[in-house]
Amino acid sequence: MIARVLLGVGLVFLYLPLLVVMGYSFNASRLVTVWTGFSTQWYGELFADRQILRAAGISFIVAVISASLATVLGTAAGYALARFGPFRGRSIFAGSLAVPLVMPEVITGLALLLLFVAAQSAMPWLPGRGIGTLIVAHASLTTAYVAVIVQARVSGMARDFEDAAADLGARPATVFVHITLPLIAPALVAGWLLAFVLSLDDLVIASFVSGPQSTTLPMVVFSSVRLGVSPKINALATILIALTFLMLAASAALARKRSK
Amino acid sequence: MNVQAKTSLFAVWLWIGLVLLLPFAIVLKISFATAQLSVPPYGPPLTGANYAALVGDGLYVRAYLGSLRIALVSTALTLLLGYPMAYAIARAPVRWRQILLLLVVLPFWTSFLVRIYAWIGLLRPTGLINLVLESLGVIAEPLRLLNTDGAVYLGIVYAYLPFMVLPLYARLEKLDPALLEAAADLGARPWSTFLKITLPLSRPGVIAGCLLVFIPTVGEFVIPELLGGPDTLMIGKVLWTEFFTNRNWPMSAAVAVILLAVLVLPIMWFQAAQKEEARA
Repeated sequence: MIARVLLGVGLVFLYLPLLVVMGYSFNASRLVTVWTGFSTQWYGELFADRQILRAAGISFIVAVISASLATVLGTAAGYALARFGPFRGRSIFAGSLAVPLVMPEVITGLALLLLFVAAQSAMPWLPGRGIGTLIVAHASLTTAYVAVIVQARVSGMARDFEDAAADLGARPATVFVHITLPLIAPALVAGWLLAFVLSLDDLVIASFVSGPQSTTLPMVVFSSVRLGVSPKINALATILIALTFLMLAASAALARKRSK
Repeated sequence: MNVQAKTSLFAVWLWIGLVLLLPFAIVLKISFATAQLSVPPYGPPLTGANYAALVGDGLYVRAYLGSLRIALVSTALTLLLGYPMAYAIARAPVRWRQILLLLVVLPFWTSFLVRIYAWIGLLRPTGLINLVLESLGVIAEPLRLLNTDGAVYLGIVYAYLPFMVLPLYARLEKLDPALLEAAADLGARPWSTFLKITLPLSRPGVIAGCLLVFIPTVGEFVIPELLGGPDTLMIGKVLWTEFFTNRNWPMSAAVAVILLAVLVLPIMWFQAAQKEEARA
């Protein structure tokens, strides 16, 4: 009984702040907390803000490319962990994959930045800090998340179909592409979405590895939020929350359609 | 193992070496360098001065201890709220479980920054909480809620709650109800059934959840920066200031090395727990 009450309290605690931000984004007053009437003017101002639009574009490109890269690498890693048995160095392998999941972001960010700086001084022809370094940094972080999701899916899956295809003479690459990949597709979608969201949302690592021309959306939001609450940020937050929920609803609907 | 398997393993090993092991070797090396005005802003001679400053300057020591204290307290608070939530979900009717679990996880998918930002609007002196309390006549003056250690605890519990609930739920869901019925049949009261059966059996979930919250929280930057006050001393903030404000890359590298050394034991514990979980 107490547990149920606390579950209710916990859920209200999780959602109330988000609902309040969304509500105030439609407030006419600049004072943010005093409600003076319904208005969508902050959305107008948001879409007139070139700095925010530019940053949103950069964040989107980085998120799409890094999530795709992480999905390829994470699938390879997760599949290896689930199917290749006790190969040499397996526990180090699994351990190194789990580290980014808990590593404080300030350490990851600093380490990746110093890596990029060292790489550039060794190979001066490499491009400087910018979208490229952001993509590599985010992919290296999110690969671990994709690997965990794919590994769980592959381990929980019977080998029957793959074995049957192999018995019928399909080569390993054919089995993987035609049998395994379609079977683990939901895990790939979930992994890609998670990598996309994590990249889109990252402030700390991006602050370390981005260049002067590649300010991401969270970096713009952060510098604005540091100065206080702003109705424009409320509007942006509302759009971000709405987009997340739409994206998750779409992927859930897709999963349901597939399973039918 | 076939050729294809070997190639894909090799690719992944290469990736791990490049983005995980090599960067930490470089951090270690630069933590012994000297800060200077150049591009990049460090160079020889190699020195232990950064570490001497870390130990000698009370500020750093207090920041490490402050981070550990804040992480410990907020992990305990997250467990206190997360355990009953996970328990209630695991005991709910089957058709409700997935929906309730989804409700807990959903906020995790929305922007971390937005979720912390939302609390600024609630906690500040003219924020909703003070507004409501004042209009109810509970308080005459606005309370100082934002920029306090309390706000940092709140932010951490809020942001990390799903990481606590998920592993706990995974454990509690597997718990055989027959064990609880047996205990009840033998006359155990609900509270003692919980302490003697439920709690010990969910121990791996408690460990995994606590470590998932504790380890990243020790190095947390965004929450103390936005919700904490000037006297909220956390090492993630110190590392950030050394790097971005003081432009002292070697010092921030040394701060990172010691932070990593502090976290090595919890991280290894987490890995051991994961391995045990995979075997079970």
